[in-house]
Amino acid sequence: MKPSPRILYIALVSLAAAVAAIGIAAIVLAILGANVFDTFKVILTEPLKDIFGITEILVRAIPLILVGLGIAISFRSGILNIGAEGQILMGIIAAAATAIALPGLPKIVLLPIVFLAGALGGAVWGAIAGYLRAVLGVNEILSTVMLNYIAAQLYGFLLRGPMIDPAELQTGSGTPQSVRLPRSAWIDRIIPGTRLHWGIAVALVLAVLVYILLWRTTWGFKMRAAGAGAKAARYGGIKVEQCLLMAMVLAGAFAGLAGAVEVTGVHRRAIEGISSGYGFSGIVVALFGGLHPAGIVPSAFFFGLLLIGADMTQRMMSIPANMVLVLQGAVILSIISAKMVINDPYAFDKFSRALSRRRKKDESGKTTGETA
Amino acid sequence: MEKEKQVPVVEMRSVTKTFPGVIANECVDLSLYAGEVLALLGENGAGKSTLMNVLCGLYRPDEGEIFIRGKKAEINSPRDSQRLGIGMVHQNFKLVDSMTVLENIILGMKDQGFIPDMKKVRAEVATLSEKYNLSVNPDASIWQLSVGEQQRVEILKLLYRKAEILILDEPTAVLTPQESQELSKVIHLMRAEGKSAIFITHKMEEVMTFSDRVMVLRKGKVAAELSTTSTSPRDLAKLMVGREVLFELEKKPFQPGEAVLSLEKVCALDDRGLPALKDVSFEVRKGEIVGIAGVAGNGQRELAETITGLRKLTSGSVRIQQKDVTNAKPLTIIKAGVAHIPQDRASVGAVGDMSVASNLAMKDYRKKPLSIGIFLLPQQILSMAKKLINAFRIATPSPETHVKFLSGGNIQKTILAREIGACKNLLVAVYPSRGLDIGATESVRKQLIEQRDKGLGVLFISEDIDELIQVADTILVMFEGKIMGSVPAASADPEKIGLMMAGVSQLQNEPTDIRQGVIPS
Repeated sequence: MKPSPRILYIALVSLAAAVAAIGIAAIVLAILGANVFDTFKVILTEPLKDIFGITEILVRAIPLILVGLGIAISFRSGILNIGAEGQILMGIIAAAATAIALPGLPKIVLLPIVFLAGALGGAVWGAIAGYLRAVLGVNEILSTVMLNYIAAQLYGFLLRGPMIDPAELQTGSGTPQSVRLPRSAWIDRIIPGTRLHWGIAVALVLAVLVYILLWRTTWGFKMRAAGAGAKAARYGGIKVEQCLLMAMVLAGAFAGLAGAVEVTGVHRRAIEGISSGYGFSGIVVALFGGLHPAGIVPSAFFFGLLLIGADMTQRMMSIPANMVLVLQGAVILSIISAKMVINDPYAFDKFSRALSRRRKKDESGKTTGETA
Repeated sequence: MEKEKQVPVVEMRSVTKTFPGVIANECVDLSLYAGEVLALLGENGAGKSTLMNVLCGLYRPDEGEIFIRGKKAEINSPRDSQRLGIGMVHQNFKLVDSMTVLENIILGMKDQGFIPDMKKVRAEVATLSEKYNLSVNPDASIWQLSVGEQQRVEILKLLYRKAEILILDEPTAVLTPQESQELSKVIHLMRAEGKSAIFITHKMEEVMTFSDRVMVLRKGKVAAELSTTSTSPRDLAKLMVGREVLFELEKKPFQPGEAVLSLEKVCALDDRGLPALKDVSFEVRKGEIVGIAGVAGNGQRELAETITGLRKLTSGSVRIQQKDVTNAKPLTIIKAGVAHIPQDRASVGAVGDMSVASNLAMKDYRKKPLSIGIFLLPQQILSMAKKLINAFRIATPSPETHVKFLSGGNIQKTILAREIGACKNLLVAVYPSRGLDIGATESVRKQLIEQRDKGLGVLFISEDIDELIQVADTILVMFEGKIMGSVPAASADPEKIGLMMAGVSQLQNEPTDIRQGVIPS
């Protein structure tokens, strides 16, 4: 029984991708003098060996899912939003300030308010870029990147000035961070002793809601049409500008919510470096997941795994974390390239024709067996 | 003619080309002799363009061989075919809009060196222009040129590259009758010099006037190969479609009702901000097809866009069913029962990256039964799509297939299916049969007449005078954004309409060349 061309094709392309990734990694690791296979084994399997590793993967996946969902909404609507990083920071500011200002409220009331505040903070930041694009035609890549800079400076200023923990001023250490959030604004941990919190449930529920929004409502239809063909959408009576603005508001809200969940679920105070580049990795997660919630969730888990794997490699293999980032890059590029080749009907067509020619030859010659 | 004794300049032997799931060409043999014009006739999707793309190196055949001047040729890229003296003018011109004519002519030529000698190029281009009567301003940017002029640039480009074998993919689809005649002169000039040409078409009349020999393709295979003098348009149509084709359309007697659409002194600008419509006034009545004749680019697209709310008027007014809709939003116009088959199907009429079903729902998704409140009803959309796909014979693997994978004709059918359904008062159709084959054209024309017979108003923009006379009740001629005149279709004289299309009003006697306004001498 010979395998079907399709399966053989996928197997060969995947193999080629793996060889490519390992090849690039081998060069990098050879320079560092480390073993290639052991390193990959650590990155990809070590985090899954105990509960600590698994929960940490999920903790990383939560903001990645939330940001990725927002990115999917904006990219699907034809707006290339690079501003999630800034939107996360604005979400953190709004969420933290709200939580600190309302310590007396019970958790069941306060947490939703804090989430909303975070989403609103991000939404406002997103709306600025959306408005500039929709009304003035300002390129959104330009505006969102600039808004990232502004948000980063504003965040740093607030943590050093108006929002700094008074205790830091008293002790004179001056670490730029806010006071601890009131306990009523903390998201509960799911498994005691780990950092995994209920934010994961929020992220998963929202993934389903985003799917419904984009593919099951007239709003989503409008936004997708505007994104896939602005001229055709306008011709179809869709207000494209409104869609762009709405997409940016929603994308900002998701990024802002990611910030709010991160600050209330993990750090419990606003500190520097809290977004850890989630705003940018979220874009990769979303694209890697095909801009679809069903792809974004597993994609976020995979990126969580790579992040934790990188940490562990640094400790166990004594390879600098920056080098691990190089490996990550190689892995992701290989997977994306393999995906493109596998989905290319022309390449597959060529392959299956070459295969059938070869099999015919084999049959007529009856000398060689299966080679692939 | 003793073609048999000569060595053909081009010989394709049993060429087969498949795309995933489709056989575009199957064992096609083709030969072309020096000083010969071969017409390649066939319906949409018959494999004409694919075969020519194989010849010019854009596609590689799965099987078969190509011989050029008797020698076996390996054509792996357009560069190879160019070296062999083969040049192709594609249906969608391959010109860089923001670059000048001269820059486009030398674009990609390796022997020009790092800094091309523009003086020399200019002189050579000028000689060629004069010799073949292909005048264009060498320093104009492509976007400033009319479609006809762009075509001239494409031909000049090939001649400059010393092409001996010219392939023209539906060259007349964008030209006025007069311009087509000019083109036929150019082709005859080249033929007299021993150059040969293959031209792709699905118009029988052109086969008769342009070619020496004709090869008919049907479903990827050669259906017939004939000498042009020994055949007739009717025979060719039959060979092409595989059945008898109706040349006459049945229409109810013309009994117009009250006005559905009235335009009064409408002025509008084009994308470049120049006046595109100048004091355009006319009416379309119920049960009437008003045909707009004119060379593409004389304000037709802008006219359709101002009526459908996609373009702002600078002055004047538009009324639909006596209601003022001047500068109304597109949605308002759609809700007023106006359907629009736009000129640009691929990017305005349809969203390529969405499914056929979604595209069919593009205007009705807001309403029951396709949605309730903000929630779409996917099952309803799917069953609506299946119904329309059957009714309009849209050839698609499934309703979920993205529109970009359909052929041009099927994209047009998708748009037509949606717009006919949405049409309650007025149908604005811009070049609805452009690029369609005989069968599809026939059904488009029938649909337009059916809408009229149902008592709706139809505004029908076309470049094909014969088609206008056949389908329309009243013909208006547009030139440079103005209505040059109005004639009842029943008593219309194609010659006169052609002259008006070229900017000569009925009152003047002396015909002037349309191009003289554009070319600096």
